[in-house]
Amino acid sequence: MSLKHADSLKGKTAIAGIGATEFSKDSGRSELRLAAEAVKAALDDAGIAPSEVDGMVTFTMDNNPEISVARAAGIGDLTFFSRVHYGGGAACGTVAHAAMAVATGIADVVVCYRAFNERSGRRFGSGVLERTPTAEGVELGWNMPYGLLTPASWVAMFAQRYLYTYGATTEAFGHVAIADRAHAANNPNAYFYGKPITMEDHQNSRPIVEPMRLLDCCQETDGGQALVIVSAERAKDLKQKPAVINAAAQGAGRNQEQMSSFYRDDMTGLPEMQVVAKQLWQTSGLTPDDIQTAVLYDHFTPFVLMQLEEFGFCGRGEAPGFVADDNLLMGGKLPTNTHGGQLGEAYLHGMNGIAEAVRQIRGTSVNQVEDVHNVLVTAGTGVPTSGLVLGQA
Amino acid sequence: MTTVEETDAQAAKAEFLARLKEFEGLHCESGVLALDPVNGPMIRHWAEAMGDTNPVYTDAEFAKTTHFGEIVAPATMLQVWIMRGLHAGQPGGDSPVQRLYDLVVEAGFGSVVATNCEQEYMRPLRLGETVEYDQLIETVSEEKTTGLGTGHFITTLVNIFVRTGEGAEERELVGTHRFRILRYTPHKRKPKQEFKPRPRRVVNRDSKPFWDGVDEEKLLIQRCTECGTLRLPFGPGCNNCASLEWDTVEAGGLGTIYSHVTMHYPKFPAFDMPYAVALIELDEGVRTLSNIVGIPHDEVRIGMRVALEFVQHDADLKLPAFRPVDQEA
Repeated sequence: MSLKHADSLKGKTAIAGIGATEFSKDSGRSELRLAAEAVKAALDDAGIAPSEVDGMVTFTMDNNPEISVARAAGIGDLTFFSRVHYGGGAACGTVAHAAMAVATGIADVVVCYRAFNERSGRRFGSGVLERTPTAEGVELGWNMPYGLLTPASWVAMFAQRYLYTYGATTEAFGHVAIADRAHAANNPNAYFYGKPITMEDHQNSRPIVEPMRLLDCCQETDGGQALVIVSAERAKDLKQKPAVINAAAQGAGRNQEQMSSFYRDDMTGLPEMQVVAKQLWQTSGLTPDDIQTAVLYDHFTPFVLMQLEEFGFCGRGEAPGFVADDNLLMGGKLPTNTHGGQLGEAYLHGMNGIAEAVRQIRGTSVNQVEDVHNVLVTAGTGVPTSGLVLGQA
Repeated sequence: MTTVEETDAQAAKAEFLARLKEFEGLHCESGVLALDPVNGPMIRHWAEAMGDTNPVYTDAEFAKTTHFGEIVAPATMLQVWIMRGLHAGQPGGDSPVQRLYDLVVEAGFGSVVATNCEQEYMRPLRLGETVEYDQLIETVSEEKTTGLGTGHFITTLVNIFVRTGEGAEERELVGTHRFRILRYTPHKRKPKQEFKPRPRRVVNRDSKPFWDGVDEEKLLIQRCTECGTLRLPFGPGCNNCASLEWDTVEAGGLGTIYSHVTMHYPKFPAFDMPYAVALIELDEGVRTLSNIVGIPHDEVRIGMRVALEFVQHDADLKLPAFRPVDQEA
């Protein structure tokens, strides 16, 4: 993975299994139990025994250490374990780490997982009121005394500047929410199954942090999601149709802060996602026209617009027009978040989106796009992030 | 379903109520004589205080022309004539009303509030008449819960008489005064909302020089002494040239709002919701996060010119803030 040249990861590994718990507002069990359930489900899906797993990757934010999950899920010796930082920006990064480990022979079967009780336990949206004076604490400390305390507030600062710069209205955010909820309406596993929304619903929803409303914000979810990564060769002989990893990348931008990169020249884009995009296009050899469907990280709707621009699905400032033309919906130019996204299906820190990309490759999505060859998946936005391009074997 | 404890509590309440009910109808005092006869000066003071200018209370000549034929006391002065005087106590310690009060206080109903008063006037009182009165406990209610708390209403009745007849052996009922109080246990008050201070500054060796500047009411900008690049927020190194050497310059205090948000949810007790947070681009070219003061949150706009000031939020927290200024500034 480099900005200077294509890396050697293309086509070497695949996602062979996906597994999740139910998505709920109160799981009634421990986060570790959720992780173990998700890991076992993913291994079952792949048709691989727990004893074969020799690598595990999760988020630094995950409360379930690799060894604890291994103990609970019947996994033995590990030769590779790794964590990825920066909240939801880690999602595709876990797969990138796993793919590197498998491609280099450091591990043969790597499980990536994320599990939390984010609704019934600690809620990320409840606000940051105190931090110790570490480098990260001090960074957040520039915001806290003034009352900029929540992820929604950090994103809204960018969203306001974006609207101003391009003369857009909050209806642009609404189109993102409508697409997510339209897809979730068909997904029995989605919290908002059978509950699509209209632009009127969006515009009438209560303000959370202006210019963002309730329906611009993702859900809060209890649940777990896991993925199994093996070599592309091995994947051919397993139970499921492989989702080949044609590119995997992480990215942070110049002058990056965790979620409050307010001091860069421009605030209308996501430079860290540009770092990811360049690598994904370079290594996969693909262009936006080669992508049939995408899963774009949607903790808050405004950053979906900026991602469309960073990946070149439309030009700078053109995303409001792109989404207004229903391009995110089934039948549009880029059906996006066909599982319902984190607004519609569940907030699993982006890991459920990777599972949906796998289903699109397998042909098993509830909103299946026709003739899917390549799927783009992204991870958390506004933070150092990551992305994947998955393809057919 | 009721538990044993609930049944026991109900029985105890019923027993207590039966004890209270024994007081109903008991006389507390009889034939208590008023301190003063009905008299002109007290009537005049009362009428003046109440703003009642009817001359029948004060003007003897006028009163003669009315069907009363003489000065009468305002009917609603009735309670005035039976007042015990400023320093008088309640009836004696062993009077039934005092025993009743002791009983309810012992049972935990230590607070008292007068709830209502009803009076009846049989005839006007005339100058020179001295009233006397009897007091009795009329009713004691079962346990009630009101907005104030839980307790028992106690109603006392005072019958007011004037002595008549040759040897003043007759008593003529001239008025009644029914007074109701609630003896109660107050509801548990919600603990007073304690002062929630704003989140503190997060201070370490990198950020301290900035906050020290704020305490002296200076907004300091870091300057790389190698390449001259200005930077905010404070950090140990220059992203432009990687130098770790720096000094500071003081910001002139003028800037332009670069972006802003209005915080609505969740509700933070330390802040007056909703409130605006803004990113200000200082005229020196670097940005700083702050609050906008002097205008409502919904009037904050990108491009607005603002000037620096300092706000002392509590004893330990001073922060920069920005106020809109003449847009040409």
